[in-house]
Amino acid sequence: MKISEKIYKNTFMVVAFSSLVFLTGIVLVLFIEGLPAFSVTGVLSFIFGKSWYPTSTPPEFGIMPLISASFVVSVGAMLFAIPIGIGSALYIHEIAGEKQKMFLKPIIELLGAIPSIIFGFFGMVIVAPLVQKLFNLSTGQCAFTGALILGVMAIPVVCSIAEDALSVVPRSFREASFALGANRWQTLWKVIIPAAGSGISTAIVLGISRVMGETMTVLLVTGGAAQIPNSIFSPVRPMTSTIAAEMGEAAVGGTHFHALFAIGLVLFVITLILNMIAEYIGRKYRLKLGLDV
Amino acid sequence: MIIKSINTQRLGFAALFVCIIIALLVLGSLIYFIFSNGISSFSWTFFTDIPRKSMTAGGVGPAIIGTIYLVIGSIIVALPLGVITAIYLCEYSPKNLIVNIIRLSVNNLAGVPSVVFGLFGLAVFVKLFNFHVSILSGSLTLGILILPGIISASYEAIIAVPQSLREASYALGATQIQTIGRIVLPAALPGILTGIILGVGRAAGETAPILFTAATFYARTYPTSIMSDTMALPYHIYVLMTEGTHPEVQKMIAYGCALILLILVLAVSGIAIYLRQRQRRKYG
Amino acid sequence: MDNNLKETVRVKADNINFFYGSKKALNGINMDIYANKVTALIGPSGCGKSTFLRLINRMNDLVTSSRVEGQLLLDNKNIFDKDVDVVELRRKVGMVFQKPNPFPKSIYENMAYGLEIKGVKDKKFTDEKVFESLKKAALWDEIKDRLNDSALRLSGGQQQRLCIARCLVVEPEVILFDEPCASLDPISTRKIEELIIELKQFYTIIIVTHNMQQAARVSDYTAFMYLGDLIEFGPTEKLFTVPKDKRTEEYLTGKFG
Repeated sequence: MKISEKIYKNTFMVVAFSSLVFLTGIVLVLFIEGLPAFSVTGVLSFIFGKSWYPTSTPPEFGIMPLISASFVVSVGAMLFAIPIGIGSALYIHEIAGEKQKMFLKPIIELLGAIPSIIFGFFGMVIVAPLVQKLFNLSTGQCAFTGALILGVMAIPVVCSIAEDALSVVPRSFREASFALGANRWQTLWKVIIPAAGSGISTAIVLGISRVMGETMTVLLVTGGAAQIPNSIFSPVRPMTSTIAAEMGEAAVGGTHFHALFAIGLVLFVITLILNMIAEYIGRKYRLKLGLDV
Repeated sequence: MIIKSINTQRLGFAALFVCIIIALLVLGSLIYFIFSNGISSFSWTFFTDIPRKSMTAGGVGPAIIGTIYLVIGSIIVALPLGVITAIYLCEYSPKNLIVNIIRLSVNNLAGVPSVVFGLFGLAVFVKLFNFHVSILSGSLTLGILILPGIISASYEAIIAVPQSLREASYALGATQIQTIGRIVLPAALPGILTGIILGVGRAAGETAPILFTAATFYARTYPTSIMSDTMALPYHIYVLMTEGTHPEVQKMIAYGCALILLILVLAVSGIAIYLRQRQRRKYG
Repeated sequence: MDNNLKETVRVKADNINFFYGSKKALNGINMDIYANKVTALIGPSGCGKSTFLRLINRMNDLVTSSRVEGQLLLDNKNIFDKDVDVVELRRKVGMVFQKPNPFPKSIYENMAYGLEIKGVKDKKFTDEKVFESLKKAALWDEIKDRLNDSALRLSGGQQQRLCIARCLVVEPEVILFDEPCASLDPISTRKIEELIIELKQFYTIIIVTHNMQQAARVSDYTAFMYLGDLIEFGPTEKLFTVPKDKRTEEYLTGKFG
């Protein structure tokens, strides 16, 4: 290899490491800016503390209400997104003809491209009033509405990953089942879904991770009360919206400021773990089917 | 027995059909509400004027321009990094540790919540590099956010270029860099373009990353340099809905902004999806 | 071997061993390839004939974790030597592939590519070379009016002749054909075969083929390879009529392969 070729190769390699640099940078920033908050409150009382009053005197920095809000909203969202997302994937993969597929897949993808601020806005002006009336609540901006909207947003994620998982199930499985006299539903239910099962479960895990990171939607529709929710209709304040809403008021370098980075750290760790789990399951799934990872 | 299993099949298929219909209905109603309410705001002044009378009149021109600047800036940041990373992964690196590390980083970067990018941008670009709250800081932050998408679109496009074209080029005495520059990249261009367009849609709509890095509540003028802070469409919607003083009037302006954003995002994503399908058909 | 003495050896394989990872794909190959002759490499799939062919312009460099031993002499210079510029080598040793692989560019751009990457800027010189090569490849009359059309719009046979013409532009001395007719219809195949015979007055030609009739029609020398070994090498007529090795005979009579 000539020298000039080597220079290109090495330059490209350095650039290719930029993603790693950014990822490392994110981790460093979260630690450096977040740790001072832990040193004020202690890690455990920060994470498990039940009250978040960052601006009262003395301030209290316990993020359990925020974590639990994130989980309630995300799990609730998945209750909508899993059946509809996976059902849509099964429909597209098993029932839709070529023409319908050409139309449905792009539409689902378009749904996924709509920015979260638009979903949040839609949820705030259309869905929240509807929920308020329907359930006779004092406000429609609550965990339930948040879960509903986030669920809709997660449909495309769940659907497209589940569809990918279905599409790599070998054709021979299906043919073998048909040859044994099973009809399409039995084949789907007893052969294809079990075969694609772990692939589909990555869709669920990634869906949760994505939903937990959503910011603008929950900021606009979940109401924003930093309390551990006692019902699905309680107004809640998930981690993401806390960061987004309060960063503007937090004095740079103050404990509140660092606490918001610490929330970012907790959020980052949770989503990282979920993504790793999804990657691990997905890798095993592809190996099981004898595909490249 | 046979009749029973056929009935189960009918029922099951009907349930799946309902799922897809729900997904379509949601999309349809969202577009319907935003369109029917937003269109009334549209006028020439709405697109070109600055907000007036404490954001109850005038237009959203600075927000539109700000969004355009941020989109262009983020593409300038992400495109070279993304394409070169993809070239390295496809053309240079054998399957080894380095590739796995890079892949893992890209995948995990893609999963980082957008508000965390905002925190990163705030700490690094705004504070550490002292770029302040500016188009520059916002573009860098958004650029890193869309980087994984650009990498994977470029990777897919480059890996799909048939190996036979590379061999033909080498056999004619081309060096590796000539082969990449003159054969591989031109052939992969439509796919890379798709990635860029999807990145445009993403960068235009993201709000959380620019909250603390670029966006300003209200601007009397259009941004003058990359060091200015700026209004942006998605942030403007947020501001109108949360800090508004005249909810009913401002809701309609927010509808207008949402409609601009929706049209922009649906149009660019639609183009990208169309291009990609055409491209897939070409290579079969 | 009666008339061999008069002929110049252009390529000489000297005890070539080749490995993919730990798997040995070529076993001590020794072979002389004569200038201005067509040499055919035949044998069943996986016998190493394509592997051997691809060593001659070092396309094997693209395969990571492969290793080669022995010498391959082109005009008495070992092409595996460290000081050999592989780019120069590939300009000297052209190659035509199994499937026609025109670039997704215009016919003219395909033809000019070899000169462009060499840094030739002279438009007139490029034109001359392009036209001359198209004529040599017997393609000129069919396409002279549509040089700016996409090469992908040509028929399969025309595409393959374009690929041949494209490799002529850089003025190679040796041309490698890797089953050039594998994806073509009989008429296009016939045209390519005629072209190969036509071209041997200017070039040394080595062709890998699955098709024994093709080897018989176009080649002067034939090498029969089996499981990485060179079983038999000789003038085509002799090898086909009185094979010395039993395996060659069995292959030619269709007992395996």
